[in-house]
Amino acid sequence: MFGRSALALSVASVIASAVSTVTPAAAQESVYVPLLTYRTGAYAGSGIPIADGMHDYLEMLNQRDGGVGGVKIVYEECETGYTAQKGVECYEATKGKGALMYNPWSTGITLQLIPKAGVDKIPVLSMAYGLTAAADGKTFPWVFNPPMTYWDGASVAMKYIASKVGGLDKLKGKKIGLIYLDAPFGKEPLPLLELLAKENGFELAKYPVPGDKMQDQSSQWLNIQSDSPDWMIMWGWGAMNPTAVKEAVKVGYPMDKFIGVWWSGSDDDARAGGAGAKGYLTLNFNGTGAGFPAIADIKKHVVDKGLSTLKDASRLGENNYNKGVYNSMLIAEAIRTAQKKTGKKVVDAQDVRAGLESLDIDAARIKEMGLEGFMTPVKVTCDDHSGSNAAYVQQWDGAKWVKVSDWMDPMKDKVRPLLVADAAAYAAKNAPWPARTEACGGR
Amino acid sequence: MFYREVGQFKSTYAADMAIFPIRQDRIGIAVMLGLAVIAIPLVANDFVLASIMIPGLVFTLAAIGLNILTGYAGQISLGTGAFMGVGAYAAFKMASAFPQVNVIVWILASGVFSAGVGVVFGLPSLRIKGLYLAVTTLAAQFFLDWCFVRVGWLTDYSSSGAIEAARRSLFGIAITGPEATPLARYFVVLGLVVLLTFVASNLVHGRIGRTWMMVRDMDIAAELMGVRLLPAKLLAFAVSSYFAGVAGAMMVFFWLGAAEPSAFGISLSFQVLFMVIIGGLGSMIGSYFGAAFIWALPVLIKFTPNLFGIEIQSATVEHANSMIVGALIIFFLIVEPHGLAKLWAVTKQKLRVWPFPW
Repeated sequence: MFGRSALALSVASVIASAVSTVTPAAAQESVYVPLLTYRTGAYAGSGIPIADGMHDYLEMLNQRDGGVGGVKIVYEECETGYTAQKGVECYEATKGKGALMYNPWSTGITLQLIPKAGVDKIPVLSMAYGLTAAADGKTFPWVFNPPMTYWDGASVAMKYIASKVGGLDKLKGKKIGLIYLDAPFGKEPLPLLELLAKENGFELAKYPVPGDKMQDQSSQWLNIQSDSPDWMIMWGWGAMNPTAVKEAVKVGYPMDKFIGVWWSGSDDDARAGGAGAKGYLTLNFNGTGAGFPAIADIKKHVVDKGLSTLKDASRLGENNYNKGVYNSMLIAEAIRTAQKKTGKKVVDAQDVRAGLESLDIDAARIKEMGLEGFMTPVKVTCDDHSGSNAAYVQQWDGAKWVKVSDWMDPMKDKVRPLLVADAAAYAAKNAPWPARTEACGGR
Repeated sequence: MFYREVGQFKSTYAADMAIFPIRQDRIGIAVMLGLAVIAIPLVANDFVLASIMIPGLVFTLAAIGLNILTGYAGQISLGTGAFMGVGAYAAFKMASAFPQVNVIVWILASGVFSAGVGVVFGLPSLRIKGLYLAVTTLAAQFFLDWCFVRVGWLTDYSSSGAIEAARRSLFGIAITGPEATPLARYFVVLGLVVLLTFVASNLVHGRIGRTWMMVRDMDIAAELMGVRLLPAKLLAFAVSSYFAGVAGAMMVFFWLGAAEPSAFGISLSFQVLFMVIIGGLGSMIGSYFGAAFIWALPVLIKFTPNLFGIEIQSATVEHANSMIVGALIIFFLIVEPHGLAKLWAVTKQKLRVWPFPW
């Protein structure tokens, strides 16, 4: 080890002496954020608009404001193809460059990064995906999943159904179907839905879709047709979504009783069902469409200047694009909060962790960012790394998404105990799991 | 000229049957080992170790496993990914059930479980041959995949459905889990792969290997000469699955750190099969070449533009990557259908007679 570092040092010093004569003039203060994206592979259909949204919002901040707090955001995409192998490769390749945080955009890659985050001291921001239990900040100081977890989402879906049938107690004896991707991601809502089914006396019918059979769901939908559940909930991603919508239309399932998770709500997913998809519902936590000042700024500063990665400018403001924007907004706000807390301009990954933990985006700040109506306030605390923030239900009208419910708060009283117990189980299984040493909102 | 064995006399049978009968080969192996043990740890940074060397070695081991089955015993298998998964889940279960035992013991033992599973799925090989056998091993792939997703016991009923590498150490140095440095993990992986390569090499050069090759070349003739087909084929399945299982356990414990069931899907089986075909069927060194070609080359292509400060969109690089590697696969298969190992053998022969090629 000693010989190795000595050698590295000598090599580095030679390079440094060669380079130092050139660089000082060009040195500009910047922070570095790697973006793990996937524009190739089976999930590219979902991944491309998200990658575009993340890229364009950060570029807009650089163009309009010169970055965050006067510091340029240097970002770099690394292609993961949604596979764990390449995800780890991207992580290893970028962590040495001073990465401030990771946005894995895959439950599988998130699970790999969770144990590494505390050791390498780089926070992981898994926006409304990943491990639900990670919302327990006491066990997972380095992992954040705002604005809400899958269990929060499942509880909002149930709340919406309850509001339509006249209360949770009216659900007794009803049948609610769950069609889900048979993978860690799709199985996430099961514990909460099973709990609610037991408490409220409704029947939960499960229809798993194997990952390699995403595009062939005829057997599942035949079963759904014969079981005829009163409501359907979907936990799908990638090619599973458009297929499910198409099949639902084919078997004539009432689309206004079919609710997808927020990841099943890309415009392409609903478009696949044609005219029959009208009425399809999904959860959402961000506004859709381009009618927000911040998105207009993206158009002005990025798209019109030809700096966008968007292939077709008309797709600006689609649901998944806006989710990318939302994610980049969280990145920027975390950096901003960290700068405010530490008084430094160039923050490091540990400062950003503190920033994420102190994240408090209130209505005034939302307005300031030009995102009024796009989102509700997001607050993260040291204990609660997700915040259980509100979501709403949107409906496809045949051409675009229309908001059809108010922002609804999740059933925090049901989610939180389940989540804390699950976090404890994770820590016990991965013993010795390190105890939290980071101060609340500090290093 | 460079590679002549003139003057190297063998005075014992043992020397004649040695794995490396030629002195230059022995020197070459010593130099390679020296490079791997001393030079690479000194020069390589963490990225090279963690993203090229460790996965490369893990894949090498998996390729050796499949090579034993497909290259030496002639049985095509598309279930390697699933057998790797069996090893990974077995190592995970045992490491969490018996934390006091050193994790390396469990990694080596995990292969026993995949060997058992491999034997069960190898049973049809007595009646089914060639491509039809590939289809039955495909059944193993899908069945085991299904088990990894559905059998909660395998993941200790984890709500995420994934398995994580436990934190374990060797002589006080962390070798698995997030605290393990790439260097520590590299040395353990290197040690295990070299050891198991040595075992495999001895197996295929001995009596067992010869029976496998007889079965491969013509099983009726082999049967007539007294080779019992069922034990020979099942042994090939067992040994092959053992190597695959250990590789799978190493993949989770020393490389990825955590894995969800999709990590052991059909694409992993194909990845290993391509390594074997490109590297050279029935060749140990070919497994190393194949793993380097299929794993390391795309990584190098992916990150090279960055090193020179050339800004290309990562997706573009990825597409270019598929095209370059695909074109190279076709090129190599046209130039040398027997794989990179044959290319190496040809080069060796050329060096031997140079400069008088007649």
